[in-house]
Amino acid sequence: MSKAKEQKINEKYPTLPKTPTGITGLDEITGGGIPKGRPTLVCGDAGCGKTLMSLEFIIKGAIDFDEPGVFMAFEEKTEELAMNVASLGFDLDKLQEEKKIKLDHVHIDRSEIEETGEYDLEGLFIRLNYAIDNIGAKRVVLDTLENLFSSLTNEAVLRAELRRLFHWLKGKGVTAIITGERGEGKLTRQGLEEYVSDCVILLDHRVINQISTRRLRIVKYRGSVHGTNEYPFLIDEEGISVLPVTSLKLEKPVSSERIRSGIPALDKMLDGKGFFKGSSILVSGTAGTGKTSIAAYFANQTCSEGNKCIYFAFEESPNQIIRNMHSIGVNLQQYVDKGLLKFFASRPTLYGLEMHLVAMYKTIKKFKPKAVVLDPITNLITVGSVSEVKSMLIRLIDFLQEEQITVMFTALTLNTIISDQTDEGVSSLVDAWLLVRDIEYNGERNRGMYIMKSRGMKHSNQVREFVITDKGLDLVEVYLGPDGVLTGSAREAQILHEQTGEVLRDYAYDRKDREISRKRKVLEAKISSLQTEFESIEEELNKVSQEEELVKQVAEKTRAEITQRRGEKG
Amino acid sequence: MEEEKKYELRLYIAGKTAKSVTALQNLKKYCEEHLKGQYKIEVIDLLVQPQLAEGDQIFAIPTLVRKVPEPIRKIIGDLSNEEKVLVGLDIRPA
Repeated sequence: MSKAKEQKINEKYPTLPKTPTGITGLDEITGGGIPKGRPTLVCGDAGCGKTLMSLEFIIKGAIDFDEPGVFMAFEEKTEELAMNVASLGFDLDKLQEEKKIKLDHVHIDRSEIEETGEYDLEGLFIRLNYAIDNIGAKRVVLDTLENLFSSLTNEAVLRAELRRLFHWLKGKGVTAIITGERGEGKLTRQGLEEYVSDCVILLDHRVINQISTRRLRIVKYRGSVHGTNEYPFLIDEEGISVLPVTSLKLEKPVSSERIRSGIPALDKMLDGKGFFKGSSILVSGTAGTGKTSIAAYFANQTCSEGNKCIYFAFEESPNQIIRNMHSIGVNLQQYVDKGLLKFFASRPTLYGLEMHLVAMYKTIKKFKPKAVVLDPITNLITVGSVSEVKSMLIRLIDFLQEEQITVMFTALTLNTIISDQTDEGVSSLVDAWLLVRDIEYNGERNRGMYIMKSRGMKHSNQVREFVITDKGLDLVEVYLGPDGVLTGSAREAQILHEQTGEVLRDYAYDRKDREISRKRKVLEAKISSLQTEFESIEEELNKVSQEEELVKQVAEKTRAEITQRRGEKG
Repeated sequence: MEEEKKYELRLYIAGKTAKSVTALQNLKKYCEEHLKGQYKIEVIDLLVQPQLAEGDQIFAIPTLVRKVPEPIRKIIGDLSNEEKVLVGLDIRPA
């Protein structure tokens, strides 16, 4: 019945059944684990972690997945193995007693063995078979099978037997890991990859610029999609963690929730609400422009809302940051004490980029913060090339977005000319980019800040003056005078200058007003005198004409009288 | 009390395969020739007693183990080369 059910499931999902390894990150890359019931080859140079990885596969299987496992060691003694993993907190002896794990050390001493005539490795098969059946093992590790080649001379027999072994393992239905030393030009010294054709994992340990990084690559995985890149991995006190490249696709959840920056004036520039939750913010600028202060404000804001925040410091020690931020009125110590803020300071050169990333990943996973600050990312360039830093940051951003954690990076730009790219080339990755720049003018330096970009929101295009006082940070609108943008004391001076100008202008207006009224009075006086003159002339004229009229009348009267008198006489 | 034999030999086989049978025949022949009366052969079939494989570190079949005298010596194969077997068992100096 259960078999029929299983078959049904298989028909429904015609994908390869997989066995989870339980190794952090590896299952993500392989899309669920290594092929179930088939052998997988893990190869790599000496000391790259093959044994540990395979041992962890067995232990995790026994503890987490209830799949007992057999570990057949050709190199190390069982006690040595137990000791090796005791430091990781696994008790192999106890697991052996509980019949969850069976360790079998196949010891081949060349000096006490003589070969004569034909033989086969049936003894090994029987031993393995017995061990598997004894504890009902589902997982098997053969570490390092190639030791057989150095111990036995009859290679033809060995090869034939190995082929038989892998067939036998498949027939047995156990998920197996076979480890092999890396050979020159080949994956393994003895060409084991010829026999194991389902899944091959290559481990590598490289030292670049004196910094060593372990990497893992899935060379092949038949019948399954898998990540093809080289993934760095870390061995620490918790075993192996492969770098969690969380997404091969860009299918991340997004949030339209907003998160405040801690500087109200900056929030105002960002549509009045601040950044998006789960977005990435880059603060770049030249030295001493206050990038760390902005980051500290952001951390402070996050914590003051009762959320957790991690501050990764690559330049200053936590105490230094706390002390320095006190000077601008930010008390970060209280949040450290409350357990809301966690500092994680390390020199970039402490270890490789990948290690940094894995370390950050682990810290973030454990602490589950709402916001993360990286201050500054520029220093990482000292341990990797630009492209490496970029790829690391891509992965970090990917991971943080997946977890809906807001991240703020600070980056130092070396030149004062604003280029469209940061040195780390991450400006295209981030959601918001704040630029703080020096404005040197009139013998003083001031800080100007503007938002280069902010995806998905209306944001101010204005340059603001960024003022740091002992009360804190603030953004002031820069002064746009006739001579351009003015900041700092020049801005103050210009404002004063304008105020004086206004008073003077007011005074001048007054004076002109008075003058005009005086002039008007003069003119009015002139007009009235002219009018008087005109009136007198008119009167004169009138007088003359009246006189003439009178004379005329009198003359006519006289003439009429004379005529009358002459008529009387005549 | 049985007298302690000078040579205690153990032959590990897995079923009656041709190689196993040859090995046993060869062994018996050499012992009769060179160690008459001073040896004891114990044949262990791992198909019957698989748990014994680990103790003597058996991985190849057939394997001849010389338990006594010390140190332990092992010869793997069907023992077809008499010279090698005798040297391997320290019966004849190399």
